[in-house]
Amino acid sequence: MPPPPLFAIQPVLRRIVNRVATDNPDMFGRLGPHYNAHFVIDPVNLPFVLVLRPDPDDLLLDARQRNDIPPHDAKVSGSFLDLLMLVDGDLDGDALFFARDLTITGNTEAVVCLRNALDDIDGSIAENISDMFGPPGRAALGILRRAKQRNKSE
Amino acid sequence: MNRPELVCPAGTPSAMRTAVEAGADAVYCGFQNATNARNFPGLNFTVPELEKSVRHAHNGGTKVLLAVNTFPPAGKVDLWKEAVDTGAKLGVDAFIVADIGVADYIAKNYPDIRLHLSVQAAASTPEAIKFYCREFNIKRVVLPRILTVPEIKTMADEIPCEIETFIFGNHGLMVEGRCSLTNYITGLSTNMDGVCSPAAQIQYIKDDSGNLTTKLGEFTIDCFSCDENAGYPTICKGRYLTPAHDGAYYAFEEPISLNLSTLLPDLMAAGVTALKIEGRQRSRAYVKSVVTAYRKAVDNIMAGHNPEISDLLALTEGQKETQGAFKSKAWR
Repeated sequence: MPPPPLFAIQPVLRRIVNRVATDNPDMFGRLGPHYNAHFVIDPVNLPFVLVLRPDPDDLLLDARQRNDIPPHDAKVSGSFLDLLMLVDGDLDGDALFFARDLTITGNTEAVVCLRNALDDIDGSIAENISDMFGPPGRAALGILRRAKQRNKSE
Repeated sequence: MNRPELVCPAGTPSAMRTAVEAGADAVYCGFQNATNARNFPGLNFTVPELEKSVRHAHNGGTKVLLAVNTFPPAGKVDLWKEAVDTGAKLGVDAFIVADIGVADYIAKNYPDIRLHLSVQAAASTPEAIKFYCREFNIKRVVLPRILTVPEIKTMADEIPCEIETFIFGNHGLMVEGRCSLTNYITGLSTNMDGVCSPAAQIQYIKDDSGNLTTKLGEFTIDCFSCDENAGYPTICKGRYLTPAHDGAYYAFEEPISLNLSTLLPDLMAAGVTALKIEGRQRSRAYVKSVVTAYRKAVDNIMAGHNPEISDLLALTEGQKETQGAFKSKAWR
């Protein structure tokens, strides 16, 4: 199967990362020296990965084909739903690690900083993002949340 | 039976708000430096964050206990004094301390603020605890996780202060405050720098078959096969090869978490004043689940009902739980 075209989602990802950064300026303090590290976020059940650089002055959230992963400092891998629940404060990263549902490679300290920065964000990041896209965004989130619920009860 | 205080972890302001909302009677936290035993990257509170958080907790009827529970190295004690002075200014309800110099500073300068003796002091005999009470007016001791419930009951009858025991989280069987394993490998001290297995020196290596090797510095801590649950990369939870054993074995303890849910009524009857949940390094999802579960269990016991605590196994290290020495010293 040919790799999916990613150009369509790049502007969406840029809007998402800018929104999270604007809403939560305090989170960058927790990144310490790793604010300009490159993280690969790997939803293992999707055909692409995300590259994140949480530098408030030079933010980057980019989708990349699996055969086009750039040099990076750390990589976090898990299922898309687990990663979404993790970012949303619904799942504990250590518990996912114990269950072997989350894999970390590269600079562990950078990942710990990123995790703590995201975990200090109150409320639901997913909800704030879905609001950006109006009714279709909220509908998409509803579908994901139902999948999350099924995931939890399994 | 008195209603015990549920003491809950807060590694970030958001975790503290979560704990307050979930029914914590008290939260414990620390500053972003070596003055506390969870000095992890990106964790803990700045001064403005703690100021806001203390206000929020107090508005919710929750006490704030500030952990200043590491041991200052010679010549660096000012950082600990500064943490104490700031905590006092922000209105924390108690200091959790281990070092006698820090305890003395608080007792002399802030006699109206409660002093709790940290588990890091490893005080496990009535004689040692009475010494701290007499010299520093300690109001509560956090007991090491090495005593059975009957021993805790005997202790309660012999000491002039309140008792706090861990009920969930890290099993913590090393002699706390004296463990030098991290120092041996990394040069950083758990007791003076507040860092156990510093993340900067941890490496996870996954091979093509899905086996996961965890390393601290140059030392391999464990190698988990692809279908095995994992634990923290701490030396005390490592699995090692030695000529004395066939195959790898856990030299100190295995990856496992303490869960005393079924012993709660016994602990409360033994005179325990406060029940502590470990895990300042964990997420707000962990805080919400564990605090909610224990809040409900304690309230049920106080109402004369069955505790009926929810299943917390998914949050435990290695996905295994134990009652450890609290149930029996023959636990392993």
